[in-house]
Amino acid sequence: MFLARVTGTVVATVKDEALRARKLLVVRPLDAHGRPQARTLVAVDAVGAGAGETVYCCRGKEASFPWLPETVPSDASIVGIVDPAANPGLVAANANGEGRA
Amino acid sequence: MILARVTGEVVATQKHASQEGRKLLLVEPEAFAGARAHGAPPGLIALDAVGAGVGERVLVVLDGYAAMTAVGRPMSPIDAAVIGIIDRVDALGT
Repeated sequence: MFLARVTGTVVATVKDEALRARKLLVVRPLDAHGRPQARTLVAVDAVGAGAGETVYCCRGKEASFPWLPETVPSDASIVGIVDPAANPGLVAANANGEGRA
Repeated sequence: MILARVTGEVVATQKHASQEGRKLLLVEPEAFAGARAHGAPPGLIALDAVGAGVGERVLVVLDGYAAMTAVGRPMSPIDAAVIGIIDRVDALGT
């Protein structure tokens, strides 16, 4: 899995049927010290992540497994939210996002 | 697989159920004999399958199928796992 920060949300009315009612979030990968990388991608949210939160994502075909047996066409899904209080080093570095209490 | 060092543990109360009961380890890929580890993303997190601790040198598999079988949780959204704790790596002179 890789660390990332939620930086945006994608609205797409026309999309694959299995993506209906799924949140598409723009994420920016972070390094092991919470520093944002100069890359960005879209991940399907599987755990209720919100704007600015520090999360971690699963890549590859396993990214579609949170919704089995339904087949969701995803190659990157958010599968966890980093607790800000318990991981100050990771969350503080990209501090402008409001973390969960 | 890659050589890596466990640099921390990630705490996440809100996460996919398949990660329950396993530590989430922050692992830093390690170079060897002047070459960088191949294929690891920045900010790599691996599910612990062997009881590795912070500071230990470990073997990390970077494929979902292998990772899930290592932690015994098939069909889970997991794409990396710590599957070994390294005692030593010997360079073979080339």
